[in-house]
Amino acid sequence: MNMNLQLLNEVTAFIWAEADMLDHSEYREWLNLWNEKGVYIIPIDPNLTDYENNLNYAYDDNHMRTLRVERLENGEAISTAPKANTVRSVSRVRVIQDQDNEIVLRCAQNLREFRKENLKHYTADITYHLTRDADTGFKINRKIINLVNSTDTLAGISYIL
Amino acid sequence: MNSIIPTHNIGTDYDTLVQSDRAHTSLYKDERIFDEEMEKIFYSTWVWVAHASEIPEGGSYKTINIGKQPVVAVRDRKKKVHVLLNRCRHRAATVCEHKKGKTNSFVCPYHGWSYALDGSLRGVPSPESYGDCLDKSELPLVSLRVEEYNGMIFASFKEDIQPLEEFLGPAKKWIDLFMKQGAGYPIKVLGEHRFRFPGNWKIQLENTTDAYHFPLVHKSFLSSVDEKTEELFNFENQPGFVEDLGNGHSVMVMIPELVDLDEELMERPIQERFEDLAQALRDEGHEELEVRRIVRAVGGSGFNLNLFPNIACSMAFFRVLQPISVAETEIHHSVITMDGGPQIANQYRLRLHEHFQGPFGFGTPDDSEAWERVQHGANAGNDLWIMLNRGLPGEVKTEDGLKSDVSAETGMRAAYQQWKKMMKA
Repeated sequence: MNMNLQLLNEVTAFIWAEADMLDHSEYREWLNLWNEKGVYIIPIDPNLTDYENNLNYAYDDNHMRTLRVERLENGEAISTAPKANTVRSVSRVRVIQDQDNEIVLRCAQNLREFRKENLKHYTADITYHLTRDADTGFKINRKIINLVNSTDTLAGISYIL
Repeated sequence: MNSIIPTHNIGTDYDTLVQSDRAHTSLYKDERIFDEEMEKIFYSTWVWVAHASEIPEGGSYKTINIGKQPVVAVRDRKKKVHVLLNRCRHRAATVCEHKKGKTNSFVCPYHGWSYALDGSLRGVPSPESYGDCLDKSELPLVSLRVEEYNGMIFASFKEDIQPLEEFLGPAKKWIDLFMKQGAGYPIKVLGEHRFRFPGNWKIQLENTTDAYHFPLVHKSFLSSVDEKTEELFNFENQPGFVEDLGNGHSVMVMIPELVDLDEELMERPIQERFEDLAQALRDEGHEELEVRRIVRAVGGSGFNLNLFPNIACSMAFFRVLQPISVAETEIHHSVITMDGGPQIANQYRLRLHEHFQGPFGFGTPDDSEAWERVQHGANAGNDLWIMLNRGLPGEVKTEDGLKSDVSAETGMRAAYQQWKKMMKA
């Protein structure tokens, strides 16, 4: 198998930094990792990949991402007080495609959430579409979070997966 | 009236547990009451199972629970809808485990008994061993009574129940108004958000006609919309109302100008948040009246219709309620689109739904948090009451029932009175 280990290292460092920002509520820095036209998606049915024309848990363009960050920060939502503590591990990173200035990679994410006496666990297969960027190394064009239990009933999630 | 009475004297005396202005805390907590609710309510009335668009063709099916019993709603080749108990007549295995799909028949995976779409038993493998002791006509999948009104499919375990239309009564005209969200296209359910919360199902039932909670619980949602939309969602400043429609049904009108979506289409301005959509539709070549009709429909209706016991036509979506146990409830929020309508308009509907609904929405997690806290708090004070007296002094009789101000608890009182009637039957 022919692997570009330098690229793998670079993209892994980038998504690890992203994961750390989300676990430590550094949302403004997180917003800055995105391309203006980038979309953050949490699908429901993993077989329906026409996200624009199907129902998702989240389909956040730049505007919605900003609103979501405001909702998490302004203290108005009762589901954010007390705040959920999260720790996520990102691993199993594989570069799927590297062409036309877009890198597509896939990884595994295991996230533990603790809030009000409850420890919850969310496992997801995440696909990133990244473009190279002079400032931040990369920018996110698309992030698709396929929860392994996306077709099950979920409880409220008031943070960013 | 003294607010504290000793519980040990109450038991399941439903006249005492549900009064005209309050309901007893044990209605959220008592497992015996929950078990009785399954029998007396969910297995004794019309329960919503599907919208017609969810099972559009011959062979289309959907699985759902009525109370605690798994059923399959399926359309046969002659387009007739059957609601069948999801249980093989041989040794009880479910015959279908998919949420929805299309099939020619239902085959039990355990021993291979196969059933036609109308539930009749078609074949059993190696029938020789049965000799003449198996009459296939005696062992179809059990079929429930099914009736449909304006695309809303209901089923009942009770064969001698009143006709669906009679049960719905004055709620029918509100269903008709709600369906105007198709803007001339047939309404199509295109997926749903499913979530659970640790609380009794009636907490959710109450919430559908509870305008009182909206400015507080949904403050963060209101902060996320433009000023004009925020104003539109300020229900207290509009002449809305809640009306008891009989049989436990009720309607809460929050935005009176959005009751009839076809009204004054050309006279009223397009909402600011939909100007881009309107322009996109004009660019696609739609006539101005059509543009306005679609745009109006995309924003949804200005009312919540709560049908006892498990379905609501709630502004722009269907809310389906599924009791799991006395302290756990599952909710489905089904998104409604225009079948064959402009793609961009349907994308708006989808994005609006995602904005508020579901476990990752800006609204549902906060509702869910409030309901969870109701169940948690109800562990305190076994002798206390759930107060339902808001809006009582202003309540007036109407042609269809009783009516009070928009944040009145009239809808909840309607539901609990029906609950009492059914539990006593």
